[in-house]
Amino acid sequence: MAYAVGGRAIFRGLDLTVQRGRITAIMGPSGTGKTTLLRLLMGAIRPQSGSVRIFGDDVTQMSRDQLYAMRRRVGMLFQNGALLTDLNVFENVAFPLREHTALPEPVLRRLVLMKLHAVGLRGAAALMPGSLSGGMARRVALARAIVMDPEVLIYDEPFVGLDPISMGVTLRLIQTLNSSLGITSVVVSHDVRELNTIAHQSYLLSEGRVVASGSPEQLRAAALPVVTQFMNGLADGPVPFHYPAPDYRQQLLGDLPGESIGAGQT
Amino acid sequence: MKSTANGAGGRGWISRVLGEVGAVALFLARILRQCVPALRSPRHVIVQTYNAGGRSLIIVMLSGLFVGMVLGLQGYDLLQRFGSESALGVAAALGLIKELGPVVTALLFAGRAGTSLTSEIGLMRATDQLTAMEMMAVDPVRRVVAPRFIGGVVAVPLLTAIFDVVGLLGAHLVGVGLMGVESGSFWSQMQSAVEFKDVNEGLIKSLCFGLACSLIAVYQGYHTEPTASGVGLATTRTVVISAVLTLVLDYMLTAAFL
Repeated sequence: MAYAVGGRAIFRGLDLTVQRGRITAIMGPSGTGKTTLLRLLMGAIRPQSGSVRIFGDDVTQMSRDQLYAMRRRVGMLFQNGALLTDLNVFENVAFPLREHTALPEPVLRRLVLMKLHAVGLRGAAALMPGSLSGGMARRVALARAIVMDPEVLIYDEPFVGLDPISMGVTLRLIQTLNSSLGITSVVVSHDVRELNTIAHQSYLLSEGRVVASGSPEQLRAAALPVVTQFMNGLADGPVPFHYPAPDYRQQLLGDLPGESIGAGQT
Repeated sequence: MKSTANGAGGRGWISRVLGEVGAVALFLARILRQCVPALRSPRHVIVQTYNAGGRSLIIVMLSGLFVGMVLGLQGYDLLQRFGSESALGVAAALGLIKELGPVVTALLFAGRAGTSLTSEIGLMRATDQLTAMEMMAVDPVRRVVAPRFIGGVVAVPLLTAIFDVVGLLGAHLVGVGLMGVESGSFWSQMQSAVEFKDVNEGLIKSLCFGLACSLIAVYQGYHTEPTASGVGLATTRTVVISAVLTLVLDYMLTAAFL
């Protein structure tokens, strides 16, 4: 599959498979297009060539109705939670049920409370999203993502900005959901150490393609410089520390013609 | 060389505007398709009608009162020069029902409710709430945009009617209370001279303005650039485009009714 934005290739010949009922980790340095990959998987954007198949059907060929039917079987956890700010925690979790089912209120209430209990936030049901911490908002979003009992759960950077306790809780939740409900999980992240403790299969992306794949042990044993740099968190290597820039000395001394950065605005 | 560049710039500008008009028309078609499904959840529509209409009530009534009072003063000053100050009721009623009511209410609606709609939807876009809905297989146009659009379209004619009534009371207050026009002739002349087609004209105008202002507000919100300055710019654009469009539409509708 290939995808480009404004002439800049994000993916070139990307090929990966997610196994049913397993936790698959998709790792890679920032800016490799991990979130873009999730958007392609959910049919929010379409690749220029190739195919994206989920439940055996090609997402790129689906109509809006078919896409929506597919998305009902898939839960997605957003990086920032993306809770609806005018609804409280209970209503946020109840949202997909109210939209897609005609469950009687007592049944709906019990279902929502069960899902909130699963993420440890039954007591926060009446709170508004604005009064939740980042970790709590992420857990509410997780309760919302599993309320329709999806077959696949997609996590976009679930560990970003979490304290060690929240991170431990999130890791345990991902593992429990996978093992007890058999939900196929796709976790996109760059937190190598955390992912390695739960993933069955990992893919490492760099420069628009998969550079390494396999179990965490296989990745660690890989001899590729980019893999070694990423797995060991080295500042410089094949993935440069510096974003492409003009000559440092020339730029500091102001010799670059036609350059306009720092317009002095806030 | 220069003229070529200008020509290209002119064409670019025209095609941009035409492109934008086309995009708004397609968005309207998408909203209209979702209006019936949205009406199946009447609670959302009622809440949004209240947000757009109920919360604009004070500002509309206050403005209506003062516009009516000014109309009473100016109308009296003009009519007494011809010795026909008893026609103040007719002048105020026709001015309010046919022109000032629909136009001023639409301008107030754009400033009070339109900006609120744009910034609300724009912030939902900026914080991924609309994307989250799409990922939950919920069409944001049905769940978020259509109820707000319907709320606006319903609210503007109702607000206009209230503006007209309060405005007439204001004109009566000044004309009869301050200037000494006889109350009986104020009302009776109004009753005999104002026809149903005048009321109809005001109603149709307010419906058109409500549709235009609500459409601009939700369009700008839905297509906001997801940044702080993007939301600010979209809100400003809502007021500017709604105001200009209301005045242009007013001229076209007035010409059509004459």
